[in-house]
Amino acid sequence: MRFSIFGLVANAFSGHGRWQRTWRDAVPRDAYDVVIVGGGGHGLATAYYLAKVHGITNVAVIEKSWIGGGNAGRNTTIIRSNYGLEGNTAFYERSMKLWEGLEQDLNYNAMVSQRGVLNLYHSDGQRDAFARRGNAMRLHGVDAELLDTAHVRNMAPYLNFDNARFPVMGGLLQRRGGTARHDAVVWGYARAASDLGVDIIQNCELTGFMRTADGTVVGVETTRGSIRAKKVGVAVAGNSSRVAAMAGLRLPIESHVLQAFVSEALKPIIPGVITFGAGHFYISQSDKGGLVFGGDIDGYNSYASRGNLPTVEDVCEGGMAIMPMIGRARLLRSWGGIVDMSMDGSPIIDRSPIEGLYLNAGWCYGGFKATPASGLAFAHLLATDRPEETAVAYRLDRFATGRIIDEKGQGAQPNLH
Amino acid sequence: MSRLSFGGLIDRAQPLNFTFDGMKHAGFAGDTLASALIANGVKLVGRSFKYHRPRGILTAGSEEPNALVTLRSGARAEPNTRATTVQLFEGLEAKSQNRWPTLSVDVMALNQVFAPILVAGFYYKTFMWPAKYWEKLYEPIIRRAAGLGQLSMEPDPDSYERAHGFCDLLVIGAGPSGLIAAVTAARAGLRVIIADGDWVLGGRLCSERHVINEAAAGKWVDDTVAELRATPNVTLLSRTQIFGAYDGCEYGALEQVSDHLGNIPPGKSRQRFWKIIAGRTILATGAIERPLVFGGNDKPGVMTASAAATYVNRFAAVPGRRAVVFTTTDSGWSAAEDLMSAGVQLAAVVDPRTDSQPPAAARLRQAGIEILSGAALTDVHGRTVRSVDVLLKDGSRRRISADLVLMSGGWNPSIGLGSNLGDRPVWSDLVHSFVLNTAPPGMKATGAAAGHFSLSGSLADGVRAAEETLRELGRTSAVAPAPLAGDEPSASSPPWYSRGHRSKAFVDFQNDVTDADVSLAAREGFVSIEHLKRYTTLGMATDQGKTSQLNGHAVLAAATGKSIAEAGTIMSRPPYLPVAIGALAGHHQNTAFRPERRTASHEWARERGATFVDAGLWKRAQWFAHPGERDWLQTVSREVSMTRSGVGICDVSTLGKIDVHGPDAGILLDRLYINMFSTLPVGRARYGVMLREDGFVMDDGTTARLGEDRFYVTTTTLNAAKIMQHIDYARQVLWPELDVQATSVTEQWSTYSVAGPLSRPLLQMLLPDLDLSNDSFAFMAAIELRWRNLPARLSRLSFSGELAYEISVPASHGEMLVRALFTAGDAFHAVPYGTEALGVMRIEKGHPAGNEINGQTTAADLAMGRMMSKKKDYIGRAMAERPALSDTNRPSLVGVRPLGGARLRAGAHLLPQGRDPLAANDQGYITSAAYSPSRGQWIGLALLQGGAARHGELVTVHDPVRGPDFAAEICDPVFVDPEGVRVRG
Amino acid sequence: MRLPCPYCGQRDSREFVYRGDAAPTRPSSEEGMYDYVYLRDNVPGPMREHWYHAQGCRNWITVTRDTRTHRISAAVLAREDSR
Repeated sequence: MRFSIFGLVANAFSGHGRWQRTWRDAVPRDAYDVVIVGGGGHGLATAYYLAKVHGITNVAVIEKSWIGGGNAGRNTTIIRSNYGLEGNTAFYERSMKLWEGLEQDLNYNAMVSQRGVLNLYHSDGQRDAFARRGNAMRLHGVDAELLDTAHVRNMAPYLNFDNARFPVMGGLLQRRGGTARHDAVVWGYARAASDLGVDIIQNCELTGFMRTADGTVVGVETTRGSIRAKKVGVAVAGNSSRVAAMAGLRLPIESHVLQAFVSEALKPIIPGVITFGAGHFYISQSDKGGLVFGGDIDGYNSYASRGNLPTVEDVCEGGMAIMPMIGRARLLRSWGGIVDMSMDGSPIIDRSPIEGLYLNAGWCYGGFKATPASGLAFAHLLATDRPEETAVAYRLDRFATGRIIDEKGQGAQPNLH
Repeated sequence: MSRLSFGGLIDRAQPLNFTFDGMKHAGFAGDTLASALIANGVKLVGRSFKYHRPRGILTAGSEEPNALVTLRSGARAEPNTRATTVQLFEGLEAKSQNRWPTLSVDVMALNQVFAPILVAGFYYKTFMWPAKYWEKLYEPIIRRAAGLGQLSMEPDPDSYERAHGFCDLLVIGAGPSGLIAAVTAARAGLRVIIADGDWVLGGRLCSERHVINEAAAGKWVDDTVAELRATPNVTLLSRTQIFGAYDGCEYGALEQVSDHLGNIPPGKSRQRFWKIIAGRTILATGAIERPLVFGGNDKPGVMTASAAATYVNRFAAVPGRRAVVFTTTDSGWSAAEDLMSAGVQLAAVVDPRTDSQPPAAARLRQAGIEILSGAALTDVHGRTVRSVDVLLKDGSRRRISADLVLMSGGWNPSIGLGSNLGDRPVWSDLVHSFVLNTAPPGMKATGAAAGHFSLSGSLADGVRAAEETLRELGRTSAVAPAPLAGDEPSASSPPWYSRGHRSKAFVDFQNDVTDADVSLAAREGFVSIEHLKRYTTLGMATDQGKTSQLNGHAVLAAATGKSIAEAGTIMSRPPYLPVAIGALAGHHQNTAFRPERRTASHEWARERGATFVDAGLWKRAQWFAHPGERDWLQTVSREVSMTRSGVGICDVSTLGKIDVHGPDAGILLDRLYINMFSTLPVGRARYGVMLREDGFVMDDGTTARLGEDRFYVTTTTLNAAKIMQHIDYARQVLWPELDVQATSVTEQWSTYSVAGPLSRPLLQMLLPDLDLSNDSFAFMAAIELRWRNLPARLSRLSFSGELAYEISVPASHGEMLVRALFTAGDAFHAVPYGTEALGVMRIEKGHPAGNEINGQTTAADLAMGRMMSKKKDYIGRAMAERPALSDTNRPSLVGVRPLGGARLRAGAHLLPQGRDPLAANDQGYITSAAYSPSRGQWIGLALLQGGAARHGELVTVHDPVRGPDFAAEICDPVFVDPEGVRVRG
Repeated sequence: MRLPCPYCGQRDSREFVYRGDAAPTRPSSEEGMYDYVYLRDNVPGPMREHWYHAQGCRNWITVTRDTRTHRISAAVLAREDSR
């Protein structure tokens, strides 16, 4: 059923009894052209683009619990393409372009809202690093503006300008950045993929891979039986290593917990996204009114979807330092997501060394914004065995060749990215 | 006034004035804002989130979803504050929220007209056309309508503090089971912390009428609290809410230090954030009463039965004149009796159960109260309650007039903290709710939190919990039995909701989620409990589902034909109750956000008019302006020129300093640096570069050999801690067989760079006995000596490219040294210079620094490839040989100078001349830039593809975020004294 | 989280710096260096890992911690940790 205001009104008169399931509750079939492991945003987007762009509709997405229950539903919903390194900028801009048309494409309101992303700087060195990044963005056709203190003060007068340990000197602004409603992205892709024939199979956990004698992956073993597949794509960020281990692979990835926080609902105060990198803090405000904020990962390997107080304190300290007016707003809820921290802070979209097995992993804390482009690129790879043009840098062998993409320059220490 | 003239825990001798929406009211000490509002006959207190429906007071506790107000005003305004937990104080000021223009006439209540459209998830189905209208039109309307209270937008004027607690046993909750557990453990000698969010201890014993040891329960509470207060091994924290359980038996708690005071006394904090490490924990958090789901159950005048009993018993505040009690529990009957005793007329008691009724039923029947068994309340009429419809056992409906509805749907143990660490609660058919199955390490639930709803059961369970804890901790003391208490019946029916209702029946009050929304979500496939929550926003309001979650489960189960246990469980995440962000940040506010590190010369520099700059946590002198100087550039240029022509002095104490000693010190350094150190002669220093194991440059600095087995390593300022950690890793983990120690001495030494052609005679005045001539103290010499009988270190190092020395003394005498240097320096017109001039001179000399050693560059990129020893292994050697790192086309270090007078800026990119500004033409960027007084123009360092081979080539400097393109010439990165004559002078 | 530093006793995790899996050992030759630097087992379960007591005794310690529950079962000085 196509969504529109007319449909909504019509349904209102009939007590909303005619709305159908958002996506079909599929039962696994014996075989598919492609099985995608992981019903998060990336997996569902991959299935959608496989069907829509490549006409491959004999596709199943298997999800161990409920779709969008991993990082797709545990992030802070920020979208942006303010990356500076070759290999990243074009990819994230591809994603941003897809965000800009996503709702019409999916016929689902994912509340994509381009209210701007502002990165604050506090020193000459930071300013110059931001300029380097902003210039790289502009060279890729991405919008970027370097603001001075006065301009930032005008935009966000409530920041701490006059009594700060690290005074605000300006910011790098991407006006096209913003937020999207994370759950709606999942449901929108699920609905659209399902409508094109993709089977979305929840409560179906991967337990192993079906392999031929030469090792080729020809399907998956699940808690709901064996499913044969010509190709298997893995999009299980947070658990990539566990799944790869089932195929005997070790990855350049560690699993870490990233916490996020939301305050009680408040009347609108912060229009866009503001990041205070020097204080490990970033914030936006949801349409419901909650201040959505976060900071660094906890910093130790973890598969427990929860964190600890040092990070809570660190994040709130950063918040108070930059926005002393949020002191009396209350933290309502905190949560943790398990993220794939890769060895250079950048993702992997590549064939694995095993025939038939494809990887989409290593998204660190930046997977949400990449959802559309990641799906598009992974679908392209699965369909054609060649990387999509904006994702060529995300090779698995880049660590061996040294073609790493290290935006922060921290090296092979995942918790520093 | 609806205040009883007797009873309650209020002090009628202490009247308190307060205002609500500007209207003056009076209450008593001991009131909450909610009880005072009730006593003043105020029914309408707030508006709901989506439909802006009028709302009153639903509960008497922290689970309140409706009665949210903005407390105080101005910068101290505190939005979304629960009226039910605010202790009344003189002059209290409260305002209703989420309404315009007034609480009783709220324009946004128009939303109710559109309610048929505004069902769960309606926004996902519309507002998509045209695309650009979302940000411009739809979203701003939604954002303005949403949200609850308003922040003042002024900085929080209050201060917050942190405290740490350590105990053998933490008791969470000071109700009957918590108090008995705490006193039992305390008597056996355990260090006990007992915390409760309320300011009055006793929990339900303050709200209900009970007898313990043949006296009013209040006496037992008073005695027990007095005993706890008198026991030195007990810390009793009232007004303290434990809000989260964390790893390592750590608990977060918030103590409201001054929230109950009209004005915070000077020097006192508003709140205190506790971090408590508890050997064992007893969760005695009680239970929360479930509302019932029926039409109009959200209207002002409908409240939980326990809340009504609390208002009557604890606050002597009467919430209505004529009540209908709708209960599926025995406790609802007790509440009915309490209200009757307070003079409230009971119109009827409605209980859908037919099988069992508590003894109270007989007593009420005897008193002539109408009992409607097997019946259910379906709808409430009136803006505030005026009458109710009851569906009778025989299927007929009856309208009963009333102004108060009590509802009692059963009890949910408050086990939120028990699932913070991932333990999944399980459904109990006995308790008709979720209970803990496993709990965080060291935690056990007791009392109502463990499903023991009767008082006697609760007390006995509290003793058991304490006994078990003592046993686990190896204490064998005898334990007193629980006191005698009445064993009132406490049965309830499974979660129940009315299906015969005609008006909206709310599951989540604050977020306006109705039973129809839950059913719609189920119809659309959102049948996972997590999907339901996200799709309908059930349980995501400020009460975090405390009153709504289980009813939502029940409706979902009914809609999907499953049992509640099958419908799934939701685990609770911290915080249990919302916590002010300011409290979590503690004292880390404003300039105290992070500590400030100062060097020994700080005070001296301040006297000399220094402007300071942040370098990590350090404050360093950036420049020393003279009166009359036009701008910083003039100042810095003067500092550079005077240093290059005379002598300048700069505090370089912030560099990391590490003593590495032991027979294998040289071997260790060989493995850490790309170049050799074991061959360094004693008394000499050498510049060294360290790689990370992945082959990229990690840090650089000079290392001096002060003895056969003693080296003095320096690091960059920002990497000091990291390199210390790296060296310790190398010697402890990688090569523990090496006999070598390392000690950070960054804070121990104050170091000054004395640079310029006159540095030698200046230093000579301080060190008259030392031969500083080239022959005896050549470039890169490094020795230990004494100055004014203090240990000192002197080396001949140069970052500026001039003849220069670095002299160090113990930091305690650093200020003495800088003053002595300038006393001696007077004769030479010595100039102090700051980090800016330091940076200019290093750029003039082409030395890489933080901007170039950015974690993305190799030694070869920085023209130091030749330093990489081929004779030894060292960290990073193997990985530095990877193809992409040894690619000769990598961007490498060059100098840049603009044609004409243009200003270079770091961060600008470099394009070949005449090419379009496209990523494909991006060949590098400027890493550092400065105005060079020595060259009379702006100069820069850059990383450029092809690097050194392109000296002399013209490129386009592309800096669109700051200005137009201009042309520049690529050149050698050394702009001053390329032959290095001066440093050796 | 609290870590049982073998030298200092139970200390708050805030005093420590985390490095990661203690299992990879640095090879003495180039062979195996890529695995050592980049590949991790990323164990879901008990894992031996390196923490540095930066604000304490400055010892590197090997902590055995379950990555699913964060529960800690052992800690020894890394230099004494038999590999």
